[in-house]
Amino acid sequence: MAAPPSAYKDRQFLAVIGDEDSVTGLLLAGVGHVTEPPDSQRNFLIVDQKTEASQIEQAFTRFTRERKDIGILLINQHVAEKIRYKVDSFTEAFPAILEIPSKDHPYDPEKDSVLRRVRRLFGE
Amino acid sequence: MSSGAGREAVFPTRQSLGLMKSKLKGAETGHSLLKRKSEALTKRFREITRRIDEAKRKMGRVMQIAAFSLAEVTYAVGGSNITYQIQESVKSARFRLRTKQENVSGVFLPQFESFSTNDAKDDFGLTGLGKGGQQVQRCRETYRRAVETLVELASLQTAFVTLDEVIKVVNRRVNAIEHVIIPRTENTIKYINSELDEMDREEFYRLKKVSNKKQRDQAATDKELQRQRKKTDGGADDEPPDVLGTQEDDDVIF
Repeated sequence: MAAPPSAYKDRQFLAVIGDEDSVTGLLLAGVGHVTEPPDSQRNFLIVDQKTEASQIEQAFTRFTRERKDIGILLINQHVAEKIRYKVDSFTEAFPAILEIPSKDHPYDPEKDSVLRRVRRLFGE
Repeated sequence: MSSGAGREAVFPTRQSLGLMKSKLKGAETGHSLLKRKSEALTKRFREITRRIDEAKRKMGRVMQIAAFSLAEVTYAVGGSNITYQIQESVKSARFRLRTKQENVSGVFLPQFESFSTNDAKDDFGLTGLGKGGQQVQRCRETYRRAVETLVELASLQTAFVTLDEVIKVVNRRVNAIEHVIIPRTENTIKYINSELDEMDREEFYRLKKVSNKKQRDQAATDKELQRQRKKTDGGADDEPPDVLGTQEDDDVIF
């Protein structure tokens, strides 16, 4: 019924998709990880004005579907807004997707996928 | 016969009646158990949603403070591009997650727990060595705490998603038992009962028919017998034969 233990046993990292400041701060906290070469993969993506939505999507898919060692994906809310349909369609328990506020974009509970689900469930 | 839910394809026998009755009892027990489970889960679910709401608000505040401390760092460090430095020096995560489970009426809810590894070497040991080292350290602490809050929130959110799914499944089962299995079993029992009654009536009618026939046969044979007896006795009892009469006697042959 619930997810089997194998689905989350090995998940030990956090991943970040966000603007420069958020990512820097979180990296300072020590969440950053680069996998062993040759295919060294970072677990974070910095999004700025020039970043294409397709690139964000790609990173989102990589962190949510391909990598099995990520337990939580932190994504800036304004970035999540760009790929909203993808975030909304991801309903699995793992990895947990957390929308976080950024410096320039204050947190808006109305836009959060999970909170919207909460609202819908309680019929508000 | 079938009203709404239909019935199961069984032969209307006493044995299957017993089977159906025990099935109905089992379904009722299961229904009440599942209903209670669903209620327990829903209670938990509501609690979690409330906590998520709170935690999300708290996260907004915490992240604001963290962003401010990062601004302090960039100010203190000045011109040198610290973000680039930090990004490039990332090697191995110090801040990691561990998952454990919590059991809520048979449902395992995974929970995240954060811990820092000591064996991974400090990637940012030299960051801000020139200037702003203190601010960098403070900023790291602030962000650590912020991430801990985020991890807590992520646990809640995972529990929310898992519970949501489980509650849906349990409710579906409860409804299936309530609206499909129980009525269908009841229908089957009704069907078997009516069928058995019908068979009883048929049997009774048949017996009646048989006994009627027997009586009729008996009466017929009785009559026949009487007639025969009348013939053989020659009506000696009721009317003596006219010996002197005109009619001829049978020839007596020796």
